Amino acid sequence: MGEIIQEESGKKHGSKPKAKKHSTHIDMTPMVDLMCLLITFFMLTTAFSKPKVMTITMPEKIDTTIDNPPPITVAGFRTINILVSENSKVYWYTGSVDSKEGALTPITKTDYSKDGLRKILLDKNKDAFIKIEELKDKVKKGLLVMADSTLNIQIKELKKGDGKTTPIILIKAGEGAKYKNIVDVVDEMAICNIGSYAIVDMSPKEQELIKTIQ
Amino acid sequence: MPKIKMPVKTPHVDMTPMVDLFALLLTFFMLTTSFRPQEAAIIDTPNSVSDKQAPDKNIMTIFVDSIGHVYFNIDNGKDSSKHFRKDILVEMAKNYNLTFTEKQVNKFATLSSFGLPIKNMAKWLDSEEPKDKERMQKDGMPTDSADGRPSELWYWIRVSRQLNPDSEVALKGAASADYKIIKKVIDILQDNKVNKFNLVTNLQKDEATLNDVK
Repeated sequence: MGEIIQEESGKKHGSKPKAKKHSTHIDMTPMVDLMCLLITFFMLTTAFSKPKVMTITMPEKIDTTIDNPPPITVAGFRTINILVSENSKVYWYTGSVDSKEGALTPITKTDYSKDGLRKILLDKNKDAFIKIEELKDKVKKGLLVMADSTLNIQIKELKKGDGKTTPIILIKAGEGAKYKNIVDVVDEMAICNIGSYAIVDMSPKEQELIKTIQ
Repeated sequence: MPKIKMPVKTPHVDMTPMVDLFALLLTFFMLTTSFRPQEAAIIDTPNSVSDKQAPDKNIMTIFVDSIGHVYFNIDNGKDSSKHFRKDILVEMAKNYNLTFTEKQVNKFATLSSFGLPIKNMAKWLDSEEPKDKERMQKDGMPTDSADGRPSELWYWIRVSRQLNPDSEVALKGAASADYKIIKKVIDILQDNKVNKFNLVTNLQKDEATLNDVK
């Protein structure tokens, strides 16, 4: 706007001497320097990746002051005990050494690798695992369209299974178990789509038994 | 043949596009930045497959470092007009028959994680020397019950949850920490009726496929 007016006025008074033209070039180097500095500062102080979390729910502590319903009995073959011990050693067995029936399979040493714990868990949780993976596959390929929340609900249902054969995992932390070991085992539950698991304490009998196994 | 005379030019580079770009980057960083919070200890968290993001507001974090020291952090909540940290400190002081000056309370509101007995809190807040501050935190937050009262950590969790009922609990433990100490913290949380919490982990992709079961 301003320019146009000036041009017009220039035409009117053509004889007037023109104002000396100044170069409109501004030296931007200091500005660039400053911005460089600020960008560097922000890049270094930014926490890009927000921390990831794994949600776990612990069984509520038993309140001994009130009458508790009798504990639910679970078929021994469903119960898988994972005994986490020191030096990243891990053992497993089914059943319960503290019950009348005793352990259904002997306590066996395993490890945290793909062929160790995961193989055992996948084998025990085969039905639910296959169903969930197939469902996920279908959604991934676009054969089935559903919202993430619906998918999560369906997966949850599948994890539960019929409630009669799906395994129940008891993660038992013994003396010298590291936090990492426990997280690894809980992680294995997520990988193998296992619905019911709990972190509990190791019984004295189990502590004794794993000492005898090398 | 006449020589071609090269015109003498100033080596002026037009910096405008560069400035444009920098301004853009700067704006981006300023808008997306969330400052990395200062933490009392460097904690190397275990890996897991979970890709759930940690909530960034209304979160109370309990840190456990590799040697088993416990630190605590609580944020000011989603509503910036409410200063939960101030209220929490005042309430805590009441529990322990201590008084804090206005200045100390205001300072506490701006800080992040801490791990020291509350009787040293006033000194810690007044101290300007980083080395002194570090020395005061060398033993972490007391987690043992003393004088027939629950531990200080228990009180911190309780007061925080009373004043900000929406706050979630995150547990950030070092991979090499003993599970025993984590268990102790979990027990304190469960005594406060917190049965669901978030374990802070590093994301590491790992999955089982259908081929693993067939």
